[in-house]
Amino acid sequence: MTAAFRIHAADNVATLLGDAEDGVEVRGEGGGTLVLLEPVALGHKVALADIGSGAPVVKFGIIIGTASRPIRAGEWVHLHNLASSFDERSGGFDVTTGVAKDMRYD
Amino acid sequence: MTEPFDRQWTGYLRPDGRKGVRNLVLVIYTVQCAAFVAHAIAAGEEDVQVIGFPGCYDNQYAIRLVLSLARHPNVGAVLSVGLGCEYTQPARIAEAVEKSGRPSASFFIQDAGGTRSSTEKGKAIVADLRDRIRAETPRVPMGFRDLTLGAECGGSDGTSGLAGNPAVGRLFDRVIDAGGTAICEEIVEMIGLRDVILGRAADDRARGELEAAYAKAERYCRDVRQYSVSPGNFAGGLTTIEEKSMGAFAKSGSRPIQGVIRVGEQPPWPGMWVMDSVPDEHFMQFGYTNPNDTEGIMDLISGGSQIVLFITGRGSVIGSPVAPLVKVTGNSRTYNRMIEDMDFDAGRVLAGEMTLDQCASELGAMVADIAEGMPSKPEALGHREYFVMYKHQDTPDLERGCRNAA
Repeated sequence: MTAAFRIHAADNVATLLGDAEDGVEVRGEGGGTLVLLEPVALGHKVALADIGSGAPVVKFGIIIGTASRPIRAGEWVHLHNLASSFDERSGGFDVTTGVAKDMRYD
Repeated sequence: MTEPFDRQWTGYLRPDGRKGVRNLVLVIYTVQCAAFVAHAIAAGEEDVQVIGFPGCYDNQYAIRLVLSLARHPNVGAVLSVGLGCEYTQPARIAEAVEKSGRPSASFFIQDAGGTRSSTEKGKAIVADLRDRIRAETPRVPMGFRDLTLGAECGGSDGTSGLAGNPAVGRLFDRVIDAGGTAICEEIVEMIGLRDVILGRAADDRARGELEAAYAKAERYCRDVRQYSVSPGNFAGGLTTIEEKSMGAFAKSGSRPIQGVIRVGEQPPWPGMWVMDSVPDEHFMQFGYTNPNDTEGIMDLISGGSQIVLFITGRGSVIGSPVAPLVKVTGNSRTYNRMIEDMDFDAGRVLAGEMTLDQCASELGAMVADIAEGMPSKPEALGHREYFVMYKHQDTPDLERGCRNAA
């Protein structure tokens, strides 16, 4: 089973060490398995617990932003549901490609 | 077998006491109009590399950066070439280099003739300079205590903070324990980590320097509305600048941070240092900066890094002049896909094939091999990307100490 790495005991997300569709084995600060609600790719994050809208998302033991909508355990955590507390462009990027949607090319 | 961090090799002794791992002739052009000729001079010449400043109007920051590269420990001699119209003066660069005890020369293309005659003249000069430094530069024993290593990340992904950067951080811990020096820049990739970086300060002075540099970086990012996180980072799983910052900061390892140096400034004593490459506010406000990875690598080399580690989860195909670039990735998939360009696979830590300590030892052995003369992959491929830009930074206080006097 693909592993998801939880870096710090305070983290509510873990990072995928490979691509996974159904479930992951949690390694690092934690154990057991977690059912994925959707496919998550290598290097991306999965929620380890339910996170309420506006609540902090924690990785490396630090707050990396806040949930921009409610997140359920097993959900992919990325641009569509996590926003930076600093970067005002955060939230304006395509969730799949990461490309900025706020720049005009015409 | 000798521990990698006890290894010794033969280096090149410079007049200021620093030691180089290469013995290069650097061709420096002083305006974009002279760039073609400068590259034509260096083409096909062994141990001859090019940097240059594109602007016709001069800039104190750019001159300071160029001079720090011209007087870098890996550089033995310099030829400075101008067109003849520009503000920046090749003869003044050559004069400053000469004062550092290195042979140097300069000319204007408009005085030498055209493209062909300037190229021929330049080729004769660099051949003569190269013969001189090959014959005259003293060879001396060198080890990790004589090294300054830089670290830059680019094309980061979710593995960078888990494997690539921690591997370099562990390497830096070992290098510092061996009496060496390491530099990280990218303060704009420390956004969100104020308490974490202040907690690493060696003393109150260092804490004050870090606090001021961090506050300026946060203000800068807010004012220019630019955060150092890109579509490639997003596609690789990183979501916010705070998340990227924490992964990026892992490359500084765990040893106390001695303080903050500026572009063109050498660490005054060994240990872990942070370089501030963010512009200072002046009449043009901040201006834009942090344009690409190459700019940051140039800054690290300006601080005297003889070798720079470049950590890239997504993969990259750049190199650098003056100091060899070593490509490290925490993503084994990237390593295998871009093996032509990648030097080191730290992703083996994530696969459970090795510990972080074993990884740092293996990387240390590779750094020693490269210091000994083995070309890194970007070096062997001929990558020599450089970037010298207009920027404003107040002149650093160079009076606070010198590692040779200490």
